[in-house]
Amino acid sequence: MDVEVSLRVDGTAHRVTVDIRTTLLDALRERLGNTSPKKGCDHGQCGACTILLDGRRVNSCLALAVAHDGAEIVTAAGLAADGELHPMQRCFIQYDAFQCGYCTPGQIVSAVAMLREAEAGWPSAVTADGVAAGDGGRTGLDADEIRERMSGNLCRCAAYANIVPAIQELARR
Amino acid sequence: MRPFRYARADDVRGAVALLAEAPAGAYLAGGTNLVDLMKLDVATPELLVDVRRLTSDRVEELPDGGILIGAATPNSDLAAHPLLRGRYPVLSQALLSGASGQLRNLATAGGNLLQRTRCVYFQNVTTPCNKRTPGTGCSAIDGHHRELAVLGTSPECIATHPSDFAVALAALDATVHTEGPGGGRRIPMTELHRLPDGEPDRDTVLAHGELITAIEVPPLAFATRSHYRKVRDRASYAFALVSVAAAIDVADGTVRDVRIALGGVAHKPWRASHAEELLRGGPALEDRFRAAAEAELAEARPLPGNAFKVPLARNTLTRTLLDLVDGPA
Ligand SMILES: Cc1cc2nc3c(=O)[nH]c(=O)nc-3n(C[C@H](O)[C@H](O)[C@H](O)COP(=O)(O)OP(=O)(O)OC[C@H]3O[C@@H](n4cnc5c(N)ncnc54)[C@H](O)[C@@H]3O)c2cc1C
Ligand code: SF4
Ligand code: FES
Ligand code: FES
Repeated sequence: MDVEVSLRVDGTAHRVTVDIRTTLLDALRERLGNTSPKKGCDHGQCGACTILLDGRRVNSCLALAVAHDGAEIVTAAGLAADGELHPMQRCFIQYDAFQCGYCTPGQIVSAVAMLREAEAGWPSAVTADGVAAGDGGRTGLDADEIRERMSGNLCRCAAYANIVPAIQELARR
Repeated sequence: MRPFRYARADDVRGAVALLAEAPAGAYLAGGTNLVDLMKLDVATPELLVDVRRLTSDRVEELPDGGILIGAATPNSDLAAHPLLRGRYPVLSQALLSGASGQLRNLATAGGNLLQRTRCVYFQNVTTPCNKRTPGTGCSAIDGHHRELAVLGTSPECIATHPSDFAVALAALDATVHTEGPGGGRRIPMTELHRLPDGEPDRDTVLAHGELITAIEVPPLAFATRSHYRKVRDRASYAFALVSVAAAIDVADGTVRDVRIALGGVAHKPWRASHAEELLRGGPALEDRFRAAAEAELAEARPLPGNAFKVPLARNTLTRTLLDLVDGPA
C-alpha cells in the first residue's frame, strides 16, 4: 500500500509517495536522493542514520515516514548552508575525526544536536553530582560527558580518539 | 516487513475503538521497539494506531506533591525535567542510563514500559520461543541465557524485562493509568508486568487495546535521596545485566524507610519487598544491607550461564545503599 507524505528536507519541501513500510531513512536515501544519512545497522544500534527531526536528533531507521508526515528534517548535507561548512564539519576536518567516513554524517548531526541539548541544561548519565546539576552548558563538557552523550554513534574505524577532541573544540567556543 | 494499515484517532476513545476492532493491531508510539520488531517479522501488526500525539506529552505536578507523566512524553524530556531531577533523581538516572540520546528523543514513556524482551531467540523467528510462538519451546534454557532471568523464572520462559525506567517506577510505587474497551483503570507498576508462568507470551496484565494514558508517581519525600545503578557490558548504550533502583531514609543510623527494585533479573521489575522489610527499623550498616540482599536473592534459580548475576545483584544492591547512606559517590 502506498501513502503520500510531505517532508521538508534541508529547507526544501517535498511531496513523495512511498510504500507504507518506508522508514524516513529509506525515504531520504531511496526516494529523495539524499544519501548523507547512512544505513549501518537499520536497527537503532549504530547512529549512522542520525538526522534532526523537528530539531531533535533521532535514528531515522526506526521512524516510519507515514508517522512523520509534515516533518522538518535536517541532514548532515543540510548543515552546510550556502556551501559554507558548518563549524562542526570544519572541526571534524581539522581534527581528522574520521577514517572511512561512513559514520561521519551521523556523528556530525548528532554532535550538533548534542551541544544544543547540553546548552538547554539536559544532564547525562555521567553528569557530576548525578542529575541535580547538569546546567553547565556546553563549555563545561569534558571528554567523559562527550563520550556518554555521543554513545549512540558507533565508529567501526574507532576514530573516537579524534572525534571527541573535534567536538570538544566546538563545545569550548 | 509485512504490510499494514496506519491510522490516527482524534481522541483516546477513538484510538481504543480502532484497536478493539483489530485483534492483530497495535499502538505505535516512538516506534523504536515496535518498528525494529516489525523489521524482524517478530511483530506483524495488520493495523498501527499512532498514539504519539494522542495522550499528554508532559509532566504535571499533582496537588499532593506527586507527578503525572503523560504517556507520550519523550524519554529525553522526562530525564531532563526539573521535577524528576529534583524529587526523584532515580527516575532521571534510570532514563539517562537507557538507550542513546537519539533513541530517547523518539521513545515515549508509555512505549518504554511496554518494550519487549531482548532475548536473542525472541528476536529471531527461525528459533523456537514460547514467548513469540507459544508451545514451540524455550531455546534459551539450554542455549544462550547470560542476560536472562534468575528470579521468578518458569520452565517455559526465562526472559528479562529490559526497561530501566520501569525498575525505578516500581521502586517508587508508581501507578499506570489506562483506558480500554471496558473503561479506565489504575494498575500499580509492580503489577503491570507479570511472571511468565502459564502464558509466557503475555508480558503484562493489559488487555488487547488497553492504552496507557499516564504514569502517576506518588510523593515520597526521601526519594530526593535515591539512585539508579546499572551494571552492563560496556559503559554506555547497553542493556542492564543487573540494575538497582533504591531510595533510603536514614536517621541516627537507623533505616526509617527504604524502597528497592532490581532490574535485569526477572520477567518484570523486581520489587525487593523482602529486603525492604528486613532493613526497616534496623541499623544502616553494610552487613545488614548485604544480608537483606542475600535474603531477597535466596529464591534465585540461576542457570550455568547467568549464575554470576546472583552475587552481582547482591553486591550492586549493597553498594547502592551504601552510596546513598554515605553521601554522593
Ligand atoms: C539500540 C537500542 C538500545 C536500547 N537500550 C535501552 C536501555 O538500555 N534501556 C531501556 O530501558 N531501553 C532501551 N532501549 C529500548 C527503548 O527504550 C524502547 O524501544 C523505547 O522506550 C520504546 O518506546 P517507543 O515510544 O519507541 O515505543 P514503541 O516502539 O512505539 O512501542 C513499544 C510497545 O509499546 C506499545 N505502546 C506504545 N505506547 C503505548 C501506549 N501509550 N499504550 C499502550 N501501548 C503502547 C506498542 O504497541 C509496542 O508494543 C533500547 C532500544 C534500542 C533500539
Ligand atoms: S527465554 Fe522466553 S523469550 Fe527467550 S527463548 Fe525462552 S521463551 Fe523465548
Ligand atoms: S542505521 Fe539507524 S541506527 Fe544504525
Ligand atoms: S570513520 Fe569509519 S566508521 Fe567511523
